Amino acid sequence: MFERLSDSFNSVFRKLSGQSSISESNVREAMQDVRTALLEADVHYEVVEKFCDSVVQEALGREVTKSLKPGQEMIGVVYDRLVEFLGGDPGAWKQAEDMAASTGAGQGPVLPIGLSGEHPPIMHLPSDQGPTVIMMCGLQGSGKTTTCGKLAAYLKKRGRSVMLVAADLQRPAAVEQLQTVGAQVAQDETLGSAKVLVHAEPDKTAEYGKAVGVAVQVCRRGVEEARKQGIDTVILDTAGRLHVNDALMEELNQVNKTLRPHQIFLIVDAMTGQDAVNSAKAFHERLEVDGIILTKFDSDTRGGAAISVKHVTGAPIKFIGVGEKLGALEEFHPSRIASRILGMGDVLSLVEKARHEVSEEEAEALQAKLAKGEMTMDDFLKQLRTIRRMGPLKQLLGLLPGIGAALKDVHVEDKQLDRIEAIVNSMNREERKTPDVLDNSRRKRIASGSGTSQNEVGQLAKQFAAVSKLFKQMGSMSSKAQVDAVRAMGAGAGAGLGGMGGFGKKGSSYTPSIKSKFKKRK
Amino acid sequence: MSFFKNVISRLKDGLVKTRQSLTRGLRSLLVGRVLDDQLIAELESALIQADVGVVATRQLIAGVREGYLAGRLKRGEDVLDYLKREIKAMWPEHDRQLRSAPSGPTVILVTGINGAGKTTSISKLCATLRNQNKKVILAACDTFRAGAVRQLEIWGERLGVEVIKGQQGGDPASVAFDACKAALARNADVLIIDTAGRLHTQDPLMRQLAKIRSVIARQIEGAPHETLLVLDATSGQNALRQAEEFAKTADLTGIFLAKLDGTAKGGIVVAIRSATNIPVKFVGLGETPDDIQPFDPDSFVEALFETESAVEV
Repeated sequence: MFERLSDSFNSVFRKLSGQSSISESNVREAMQDVRTALLEADVHYEVVEKFCDSVVQEALGREVTKSLKPGQEMIGVVYDRLVEFLGGDPGAWKQAEDMAASTGAGQGPVLPIGLSGEHPPIMHLPSDQGPTVIMMCGLQGSGKTTTCGKLAAYLKKRGRSVMLVAADLQRPAAVEQLQTVGAQVAQDETLGSAKVLVHAEPDKTAEYGKAVGVAVQVCRRGVEEARKQGIDTVILDTAGRLHVNDALMEELNQVNKTLRPHQIFLIVDAMTGQDAVNSAKAFHERLEVDGIILTKFDSDTRGGAAISVKHVTGAPIKFIGVGEKLGALEEFHPSRIASRILGMGDVLSLVEKARHEVSEEEAEALQAKLAKGEMTMDDFLKQLRTIRRMGPLKQLLGLLPGIGAALKDVHVEDKQLDRIEAIVNSMNREERKTPDVLDNSRRKRIASGSGTSQNEVGQLAKQFAAVSKLFKQMGSMSSKAQVDAVRAMGAGAGAGLGGMGGFGKKGSSYTPSIKSKFKKRK
Repeated sequence: MSFFKNVISRLKDGLVKTRQSLTRGLRSLLVGRVLDDQLIAELESALIQADVGVVATRQLIAGVREGYLAGRLKRGEDVLDYLKREIKAMWPEHDRQLRSAPSGPTVILVTGINGAGKTTSISKLCATLRNQNKKVILAACDTFRAGAVRQLEIWGERLGVEVIKGQQGGDPASVAFDACKAALARNADVLIIDTAGRLHTQDPLMRQLAKIRSVIARQIEGAPHETLLVLDATSGQNALRQAEEFAKTADLTGIFLAKLDGTAKGGIVVAIRSATNIPVKFVGLGETPDDIQPFDPDSFVEALFETESAVEV
């Protein structure tokens, strides 16, 4: 999502690295490209000016020009400013560097991950005084109702019971939408067993403009109902409104005054243009929002709103919506997003995603199997499905340092994985356990059963064998040796990817390009 | 055409905020000042903040600078005139009316990203056509989003128009198929097809859109006669990408610019126009079915840059 920004930042770093001595004007000149990229990313004009100025000032202050590695130094400056503008602690880079120095790990820019106490808690959820009330508000079409469902799923997964209150009485069928979304969350067993209810009063729905004020009563009854049922958290889904519509803004004010929500979240479409800051500011001035949720972050928006909104309103960004599924809500961590913007990946988020999908016991059991070389096609299939639950492949790969940029123009299709699944599904029990038994006639049967070619079946078997062997070898190594082994594979990641991509007809055409990209980076 | 009656004044009403922002910015910026480098810099900032976009802004600014150096543009007023002319020139003669089928039902396919305002915009189109005594049928092909079918149904009830629907979660292409059959059987003049919101980056969903399109094309000759992209006017430069991607997949014939009453800027229209060749056909300016206007570049630009000397000066 941040490819263009990453590109322009990286070209600045390269420009500065390539020069033996750099001057103030070099720095300023290099920042011109960043300025354009930020404007094209819909970062607010004034924020862009401020950002660029502060980077130049800081760079000169830190005497980047005299540094032996000006490019390297500049990355630190930009990273810190980005984190600051995104609402995080600008000292993160230094801390990360110190940490890296003390552990002796890594060369080049180090990901500042795993810093403790870096962020204030994402949500304030007092548990002793009745239900915590969260109010959602925003412009029409920003994604409030969808986000209500995602937030309910997020809370349910963390063991909180949730009452969704349908207070959008303006948009036709908004109430039904929340009821359906609520039922989906309630029925989803993978999220745990906490209760999720919807408080809806469909008969209060009236045509636009006639129901103003009734929403306050609906909210009040919703909270009472939650109290009675012993629910922990109430989420109020209010109608979308323009920040310039006084009557409707007053309604929100009334809900705020009457119910005193513990938290008010403003939902902002990440694709909003220069006006994003104006509407966010208007909502914030009226309601003092506690946090912002940026939606539709999975588009190819360049995410400018993320950089402007916090800076202009002062309200922190709490979550980002990254897809259509209920689980597609990520916590927003400024330092991680800054890493992504600079094309350095976000391993921590990836690890967290994995942790949500796989329990520790499962992981250990699998590891034991792998080490003994007992991995079967069934295990493989299970892994594949787990990965797919974590999100689209390209999104996941983008979280790996360097890979996001390398894959910028590459078409990663999850469809390739469908084919792999189909092949495994067409194998019988014996074949899944010992893929070595595959002979011509078995391959032929599997290919016709899965709608693939014998060639593809053969390739999968070959890759499977190679991976099993690698894991078996790794099982007998120390963890340090394991890391070295993976590094020693060189374009190992590339080869693995290429292998996957090598499936299907479309895939084979881009395999070489991925590989060459990886080589280039080395 | 009665449809176009009072276009200019209605557009002005709806565009009050747009005009205030862009023109107040530009007008108070420009009028009564001598053109210099400082003013050009301020002008650039104002255009960017109106979502005109970096590329289009640079083009406009380059022209201003050239005129300034050549001595053609001396005062702020000259610049205002120049910008008006330039932006208008971006909109050459184009068919901005709805295309219609020579015989049989005219099919309008409505697409867009999530939350752009498709269903609301359809209610507006529907009301407009119904007021022209056309028989309209709506097809609820957004089987994905919870409540979307019901939303269109409610509009259908309010406007007294039949809605063809399928199962929630069902195949949207099959609903489109049924709707085409129904439109033919009932001798409808216009069939408007609502589709699920999809981000232009989601390949499987974009392919689904292509499928819906081809199903329609097989049922009714020449259909869809119009494929509209509903764009949220508050969206930033990403709107360009949306226009380009949807054009690739769905062969767009026009843009419905929704929520222009909400945003303070109208500049995205300029950016879209300079980057794609797709005409803007309609503008949505509010939440009721009557809040719709055909897009007319002349009056649009006029409304943006108009001199209201009696009021503003």
